[in-house]
Amino acid sequence: MTRTCLIVGASHAAAQLTTSLRQEGWEGDILVIGDEPHMPYQRPPLSKAFLSGEKAAESLPIRPAAFYQKNDIQFRQGRVTAINRDQQTLTLVGGDGEKDGKSEQLSYDKLALCTGARVRKVELPGSDLDGIHYLRNMADAESIKASVVEGRHSVIVGGGYIGLEAAASLRELGMHVTLLERGPRLLGRVTAPEVSEFYHRVHTESGVRIHTNIAVSGFSGNGRVQKVICADGAEFPADLVVVGVGVLPNTELAEVAGLNVDNGIVVDEHCRTSDQNVVAAGDCANQFNRVYGCRVRLESVPNATEQARVAAASICGESRTSEFLPWFWSDQYDLKLQIAGLSRGYDQLVIRGDRLTGRSFAAFYFREGRLIAADCVNRPQEFVLSKRIIAQNLAVQPDRFADESVPVKELLLADSPALASAGG
Amino acid sequence: MGSITFIEHHGAEHAVEIETGKSLMQIAMDNGVPGIDADCGGEAACGTCHVIVDGNWISATGKAGDEELQMLDMTPDRAPTSRLACQIIATDAMDGLVAHLPEFQM
Repeated sequence: MTRTCLIVGASHAAAQLTTSLRQEGWEGDILVIGDEPHMPYQRPPLSKAFLSGEKAAESLPIRPAAFYQKNDIQFRQGRVTAINRDQQTLTLVGGDGEKDGKSEQLSYDKLALCTGARVRKVELPGSDLDGIHYLRNMADAESIKASVVEGRHSVIVGGGYIGLEAAASLRELGMHVTLLERGPRLLGRVTAPEVSEFYHRVHTESGVRIHTNIAVSGFSGNGRVQKVICADGAEFPADLVVVGVGVLPNTELAEVAGLNVDNGIVVDEHCRTSDQNVVAAGDCANQFNRVYGCRVRLESVPNATEQARVAAASICGESRTSEFLPWFWSDQYDLKLQIAGLSRGYDQLVIRGDRLTGRSFAAFYFREGRLIAADCVNRPQEFVLSKRIIAQNLAVQPDRFADESVPVKELLLADSPALASAGG
Repeated sequence: MGSITFIEHHGAEHAVEIETGKSLMQIAMDNGVPGIDADCGGEAACGTCHVIVDGNWISATGKAGDEELQMLDMTPDRAPTSRLACQIIATDAMDGLVAHLPEFQM
């Protein structure tokens, strides 16, 4: 009998999972269920090159439809409302040819949860007005794009990566941009104050008006937003609002089905959930990270694809593990930020390059003399080096990283005697 | 229609059709060539689409640009004709091109 693998969610993790399943030799059916009317597409450009108009929608699919056809990978649009693990079925609502409200049962031998994350919404007076947008999927990005009018006012709520990328794209499209951040600095949860200062400066230089320590208390307008109102009484004119205040993992399905959930669907090193027939991968999954020695839930494309590869192997009965080093990137203006590792818990920061007036530098985060993370702005070489040092836990001399007269390569080579004792 | 051949580290060959104007990374992805990870989707941000262009073909692809070189410079398997496949745009002149995949991507 043909075996069936059902994949819930149709984004980066799902796209990689389908491919890896076939590469691993899965001969059964593969059906991907997603709630958007699209095949898996690249999400990162939505706030960057797609929003600014540099990239068209046609360039976003991760793989072409022909690839999935050729590999006999099926897609259906709909919403999964329940999983019955005893019977190995799930309930699909609004699937192809089904009217809203009608549901059907689909059977699986193996199930992959790639349910991702959804935006955290604000619930404030006026937050349902037209013109208030979030940014997570193609429809969001398209409706923001359609609302852009050169010379009009946009307000970004939230000074994280999505907010900053949206600010850069909207400036490039000629809008006035005001950015409101509740905390004391931009990127407060993810970078050192020195890196926050850099982004504050470059956005200010590009004409973004940044306000920190400011809480939005509501929105006003007649059907459509006209103003953003803050707790301190300040008001900002707004023809367009983009709210970027984080995401929440989509874990409800798993939770109701009785799977272990703790800030994400808890998976083991093989991406298996607490049910041997169910794997999870991507933004929805919480996994022990070997490099950092703790459980993490990462919101990142590279993590989603890596977990999908591991999950595919598990589905096919192999037990692969991963030494994945978390990494991220963010494009704003001419600045390519590449982030290696997780900086939480650092005790020493070393800056290489001119962050105060320049547009290219790297910030290295050390803990007890070991490199744990690096934020590299237009510094690809430092990024690649950092990935290697962190992944292999190589011993280095932090102070030398600030010295630009030492070539990047030699930050590693000159320390090689220490490498031997570090044991790789 | 011409073709490009990707050769995996262990020798498996994948001959794929050239689609002029697309990057070699995208062509590899479109055809499910294993060993090209393309984590960043073609932004030259990740270095996971490293290929080693077969010696004679480097004139057709051109050499790596500055930023690309910096990424490649730190990779262990780097060769003189190393490129990031996302930075090579396919042309008809690449009919017959051979690109070798490294054992590990970055």
